[in-house]
Amino acid sequence: MSQLNAYLLVSALLFSIGLAGALLRRNAILVLIGIELMLNAANLNFIAFWRYGPNPAALTGIMFTIFSITVAAAEAAVGLGIILAVYRHTKSTDISQMNTLKG
Amino acid sequence: MAWIVQNLWLVPALPILAGGVIAVTKQRHRAVAASLAIGSMAISFLLALCAFAHVLLHGTEAKEVFNFPWLQFGTEWLKLGWILDPLTAVMIVMVTFVGLLIFIFSVGYMSDDKNFTRFFCFLALFAGAMLGVVIANSLLLLFMCWELVGLTSYLLIGFWFDKPSAAAAAKKAFIVTRIGDLGFFLGIAWLYFETHTLLFYDGGAGCLEHSALTTLVTHATIYGLTASTGIGLLIFCGAAGKSGQVPLHVWLPDAMEGPTPVSALIHAATMVAAGVFLIARIYPLMSANIASLPPLTPTVALQVVTWIGAITALFGALVAVAQYDIKRILAYSTVSQLGYMMMGLGVGGPSVGMFHLITHAFFKALLFLGAGSVIHGCSGEQDIRHMGGIRKFMPITFAAYTCGMLALCGFPLFAGFWSKDEILHSAFAWSISSIPFYMGAFGALLTAFYMTRQMCYVFIGTYRGHAHASHDQEAHSHHAHGHDPHESPLVMTAPLAILAVFAVLLGFLGTPAWPWFQSFLEGEHATFSFAGFAAANTVQLMLASSLIVFLGLFVGWSIYGRKPIESATAPDALAVAQPFAMSTLAHAFYIDALYGATILRLNAWFAILSDVADRFVWGGFVKAFSFFILGLAWLDNFFDKYVVNAGFDAGCDTVSLSGRSLSLLQRGRVQGYLRTIGVALIVIVILLLWGAKA
Amino acid sequence: MFLVFLILAALTILGTAAAMGLRKPIHCILALTVGLVGLAMLYLLLGAQFVGFTQILVYVGAVAILAVFAIMMTQGGKMNLEPHPEKPSSSTLLAGGAVAGAVFAVIAWAILSNSPSGTTTPAQPSVTVVEIGQALMHKYVLPLEIMALLLTAALIGAVILAMPKEQEKS
Repeated sequence: MSQLNAYLLVSALLFSIGLAGALLRRNAILVLIGIELMLNAANLNFIAFWRYGPNPAALTGIMFTIFSITVAAAEAAVGLGIILAVYRHTKSTDISQMNTLKG
Repeated sequence: MAWIVQNLWLVPALPILAGGVIAVTKQRHRAVAASLAIGSMAISFLLALCAFAHVLLHGTEAKEVFNFPWLQFGTEWLKLGWILDPLTAVMIVMVTFVGLLIFIFSVGYMSDDKNFTRFFCFLALFAGAMLGVVIANSLLLLFMCWELVGLTSYLLIGFWFDKPSAAAAAKKAFIVTRIGDLGFFLGIAWLYFETHTLLFYDGGAGCLEHSALTTLVTHATIYGLTASTGIGLLIFCGAAGKSGQVPLHVWLPDAMEGPTPVSALIHAATMVAAGVFLIARIYPLMSANIASLPPLTPTVALQVVTWIGAITALFGALVAVAQYDIKRILAYSTVSQLGYMMMGLGVGGPSVGMFHLITHAFFKALLFLGAGSVIHGCSGEQDIRHMGGIRKFMPITFAAYTCGMLALCGFPLFAGFWSKDEILHSAFAWSISSIPFYMGAFGALLTAFYMTRQMCYVFIGTYRGHAHASHDQEAHSHHAHGHDPHESPLVMTAPLAILAVFAVLLGFLGTPAWPWFQSFLEGEHATFSFAGFAAANTVQLMLASSLIVFLGLFVGWSIYGRKPIESATAPDALAVAQPFAMSTLAHAFYIDALYGATILRLNAWFAILSDVADRFVWGGFVKAFSFFILGLAWLDNFFDKYVVNAGFDAGCDTVSLSGRSLSLLQRGRVQGYLRTIGVALIVIVILLLWGAKA
Repeated sequence: MFLVFLILAALTILGTAAAMGLRKPIHCILALTVGLVGLAMLYLLLGAQFVGFTQILVYVGAVAILAVFAIMMTQGGKMNLEPHPEKPSSSTLLAGGAVAGAVFAVIAWAILSNSPSGTTTPAQPSVTVVEIGQALMHKYVLPLEIMALLLTAALIGAVILAMPKEQEKS
């Protein structure tokens, strides 16, 4: 197992944990946090490949990660804003209760 | 080619054009209509004179034709054309001159009629069509103009169409002549079949020229008749219809329902002469003989023509004796004279027949116009029993009428004498039989007799028309009860005078001493010499016919003229003596009744049968078909409502049902969606990896 | 080095697992912070210093705090357990867990089956902030501007979404 593989496994584990959280938690904020974790796992993947990849001078991994972090932050802000708005409407953050958009 | 020959088409075209223009003129523009018609006829007359002069100067040359191709079918061409030869020249001069005089007469005669313009339109069309018949070089063009002549005759006879008798007479004329035309058309078709050309003269290729005639003569048909005889007889059917030969004469007396100028123009001078002219035109065909017979032997066709002509001559004269309508006497007289013309054609050839045609045109037109003048003067009265003593009231008419009457009877030195004598002379010399001669002679006797009778009734004695109110026989608006008759205006008496001059003098163109007319027709020059009188039997026959005429005049005078007829209701002297004979003659040997009982009844049954067939058979088909269509429509409706619509509705229901079913996938729970995405991700990655591995 | 890596990885994993597993949301966030710090250290270990510090700045400093604020506001002061007393049903638990586990298994298999060819570890690249800045201004200037736009939009959107609509209640 090379170093790269180790990092990649960590990243995979992180992704799965994030996914599990997003699937299982009932609080909307925690689902959002799970999604953030999945993004972080992808970031780790990028940095690991940048470090152990063939062309580190191209800075591609770093750049992608920076932009990913930016986007994740913006998304978290907006998502939490939505959750607050929904909370004000339904007085609850339980997403299993928010199923009015059903067929 | 001479200018006049190339432009001969103008002669019929101008009157037809005038007729066309008058047709669109308003009824109140009378002067326009009359002047157009008279003007066009005058110009045609001048052109006819030019043509006549041309033929006179160049008469010895070959007949001048102008042919042009008209209709192409397959590889063959139908050609039309016109011809200028002596026959044409004399006919167009006669037709235009007599027509012109009659047009002028009509201006006065029809002045009270509110359909003045329409009359002149039809007259002009008729004149154009008749001239077309005369100049035609193609049997097809002749036939087309022939039919036009028949049409215009129908329109003119039925001019006062609101009178039922006039409408019936017009229909009768048209149908009877149509029967003759059927034979004519069959003849044309047969001729085309044999010779493949309908042109008369075409530089050697025409159907009256040598090569075509030999073809026709050598084709023997049924009963050993040659094709030329067969075709000639069929074409004679058409001529018999138009010229009122027995048995197709029945329309002529009834045609007197038309206005008197019509009777004068059409049924005396021109249209009825068209039949005689036709036979004269195709005379080479009628007389073409098989090479084995000696020349000038009469063919079967000519024999038939002669016999029918003789029968008609006698028949007409007999029936005219017993008539009381002034125009009917003249009508039967016309029938009789047409018989003479046909007989003349049969026994003596075109020159004999045509000479009588020309003279007859003048004096018969004169007689009809005179009768019209008398009728006009008597405010519409046509029964001779209600006339009398007109001599005192209408002297000019009387004088002209006398000229015409003497010419008709064949009084020596008048026109009719010379022409009728020619016919009797040729009949006497006929190689087949001399019965036609005796029939003709007896007919001449009767002619003199009935004309004298008419003159005595009309012009001599006392006027018997006072007590009798004038019926609306001629739709005149005269309100003359008890009015004395008056002389006609100058516009009517002038043509009478002109025609009287011709009636007297025209005969001198064809005397045996100077047979200018006959020679002109045959393209030769005539010399004046009294040696002509020395020909066989000429002087004897002239004396004999003069005696016949005097005898007839005497008998007529003694019965009708010596004792003036007292009252309108007094019976006819002859009717008292021979009531049965007179009534048979008065009813024209009951031929009309015979036709009515047989042919007309058959026709009526056939019409009823056709009506029933039309209503129940064809109508039944149509109804059945429509029911079928309705059934199809019902089926279509049913199909549309229960199959198409239902299917469509079912389809839409299925779509909405599937939509509703699919929407059940949306539970509204986000985590469920995410779970599905996760599973999809797993599946895709596995696929990719397995694919990459393989 | 490997030991450091193991410790840091374990820290991260445990922290995030705790973040997803604890009952009270506020505890979850605190555990998350630990996990995120561990991740930042992994970045530092990998030599991406700028990214590591950015991670701490943004995630720990902003996102986690934001999440705390959100939790505070949505629970309305009541320090309850999970809003709904009922637990998720066991079938849901099983399904979710199974999916997550399957995802990890597949990815791990993908990773392990594709071993990189070279066993030689490349040298540690050194990246200065100057280089990052220059890259941002030259090669990546367009994404930079787009990020700016995105952030502006997110800012405005978040404000509007979270703004209380007290005017309508009256």
